[in-house]
Amino acid sequence: MDLVHNLATGFGVAFTLTNLLYCLIGCILGTLIGVLPGIGPVATIAMLLPATYALPPVSALIMLAGIYYGAQYGGSTTAILVNLPGESSSVVTVIDGYQMARKGRAGPALAAAGLGSFFAGCVGTLILAAFAPPLTELAFKFGPAEYFSLMVLGLIGAVVLASGSLLKAVAMIVLGLLLGIVGTDVNSGVARFSFDIPELTDGIGFVVIAMGVFGYGEIIGNLSQPDEEREVFTSEVKGLWPTRQDFKDMAPAVVRGTVLGSALGILPGGGALLASFAAYALEKKMRSKPGEVPFGKGNIRGVASPESANNAGAQTSFIPLLTLGIPPNAVMALMVGAMTIHNIQPGPQVMTSNPELFWGLIASMWIGNAMLIILNLPLIGMWIKLLTVPYKFLFPAIVLFCAIGVYSTNNNTFDVWMVAAFGFIGYLFLKLRAEPAPLLLGFILGPMMEENLRRALLLSRGAWSVFVTRPLSAGLLVAACLLLGIVLLPAVKSKREEAFVED
Amino acid sequence: MRIKSQADFYSGVMFIAIGGAFAIGATSYTIGDGARMGPGYFPLMLGVLLAILGAAVLFQSLVVETVDGDPIGKWAWKPLFYVLAANLAFGVLLGGLPSIGLPAMGMILAIYALTIISSLAGEHFKLRDVLVLATILAAGSYAAFIWALKLQIQVWPTFISG
Repeated sequence: MDLVHNLATGFGVAFTLTNLLYCLIGCILGTLIGVLPGIGPVATIAMLLPATYALPPVSALIMLAGIYYGAQYGGSTTAILVNLPGESSSVVTVIDGYQMARKGRAGPALAAAGLGSFFAGCVGTLILAAFAPPLTELAFKFGPAEYFSLMVLGLIGAVVLASGSLLKAVAMIVLGLLLGIVGTDVNSGVARFSFDIPELTDGIGFVVIAMGVFGYGEIIGNLSQPDEEREVFTSEVKGLWPTRQDFKDMAPAVVRGTVLGSALGILPGGGALLASFAAYALEKKMRSKPGEVPFGKGNIRGVASPESANNAGAQTSFIPLLTLGIPPNAVMALMVGAMTIHNIQPGPQVMTSNPELFWGLIASMWIGNAMLIILNLPLIGMWIKLLTVPYKFLFPAIVLFCAIGVYSTNNNTFDVWMVAAFGFIGYLFLKLRAEPAPLLLGFILGPMMEENLRRALLLSRGAWSVFVTRPLSAGLLVAACLLLGIVLLPAVKSKREEAFVED
Repeated sequence: MRIKSQADFYSGVMFIAIGGAFAIGATSYTIGDGARMGPGYFPLMLGVLLAILGAAVLFQSLVVETVDGDPIGKWAWKPLFYVLAANLAFGVLLGGLPSIGLPAMGMILAIYALTIISSLAGEHFKLRDVLVLATILAAGSYAAFIWALKLQIQVWPTFISG
């Protein structure tokens, strides 16, 4: 059994003291930012990227991955106890989770979220381990034309499944692609759009964009809203264990959430956020048993299913990254950056050239999930205390970590000026309701797309038809068109809007 | 002609302006053709595409009816100013500004400045609380970044550490 052998290699790597420690740090940080509303995994991973320079690549990736799936656990705590999503992927958990807390059933709600996440995490990790090798085989058949088409599909998928205006999201991608082009052109050596600024010839750092737009932009946005009265159900968390009836209700919901979440995580543009929305919508469609609490009034299925789905989605969204080298969402785009920092070119060759990294990362996810269930259920009291820290102490700290993180990327103050500029731009996007996540994806994929487009057209002597005459490439482009077409259908369009406006 | 979605209207203007600027800028590089792309080819293509998308967003904002006119709302100048100013002050103090002959002041002073200035962005400013927070952050950053992660950052002002 190859799988067993590979996983054994992975656990060998993950079970060293250093890697266990970084896995734990990642999980704790992830839970922390998950619990705290107003700071998400994108900004945190961007902040910590520079700090991972000194680490071995495996430890760095293990820690950063831990932040992402750790945030999925932490987000539900805030959603249930404070009626605020700690993480965007916990938005739907708020609906039934908070109602359960108001009825004094915060404990079972937290347990349902935690246990569901753990089950989903284990399944997601197994799927990742099982599906990665065959997909990698497929990826080796890809030429530049296929890669280009795949990226088109990925980018289209990312916006189709996201919320908000489709047209604006596509425009944001193109804007991201353009920003990615700034800097020295690898083929001709010409410095493009650098305005003779030496620092710009290396391109705009994606840490700068991620922190400016996601870190500063959001802090400014949060501060512009008046302080809300928060009602925290801290004293009422006693008796964590759900009743037998709860288990009977939540078990099928957890399984459904896991399956749906795993499938949606693999899709381009998928990941934790989409998975949780879809899972909640599915649960609502399922027939309720007689005597069951209705949805929106504290149904345990409404907590268990989306929380399982977001964790499963978080795990399986690593599949396109690790096998094809194509990030399906903004967090994975940052992971590409993390790998490049450590001189690892993401793509199908990672599995053969760095097997210990590949399998070590996968094995660490299982260990991380086990750590998280302990961090989040028996130690829940610690995180609840955190919720009482007011935002006025929190945001200067976030500003500081962003500033230090940006500075230490290159030990250069130029990046600090740049992040201020992107902070302004980020707030502008917020005001114009232009979703910034597609921009980051475009930014990461920009240079890759240009390179593959060039190569494909060079090989075909300038004939654009190469993208439709090669069957794999044509298939990918057809899929992209179909996705766009489906979303633009009036019936689906109204449904899509409905799905993102849950109340 | 009435603007039906203010946010979309200005988004459209922004996309057209940026796309146009990139496209015009791209023409100063060699464009080349499909088989032999110059450095200007891809940016020109994307710039034009962005401008077209921007025009479509703009058109939509003038045609498609919205419930409340989708207003941009008030700009939060205060947090915008203080957060960005805190960041700039941090950069100036940490790295110095050779162009005006300001020496580097180091991380500790920069953290105090950043914490105080950024706290002004919030609603209730209490100097004592902010100073306590700054001290905690300075000590924590020293432990995490200098002591544990060994980042190469100047900690004290140049005239003290020499």
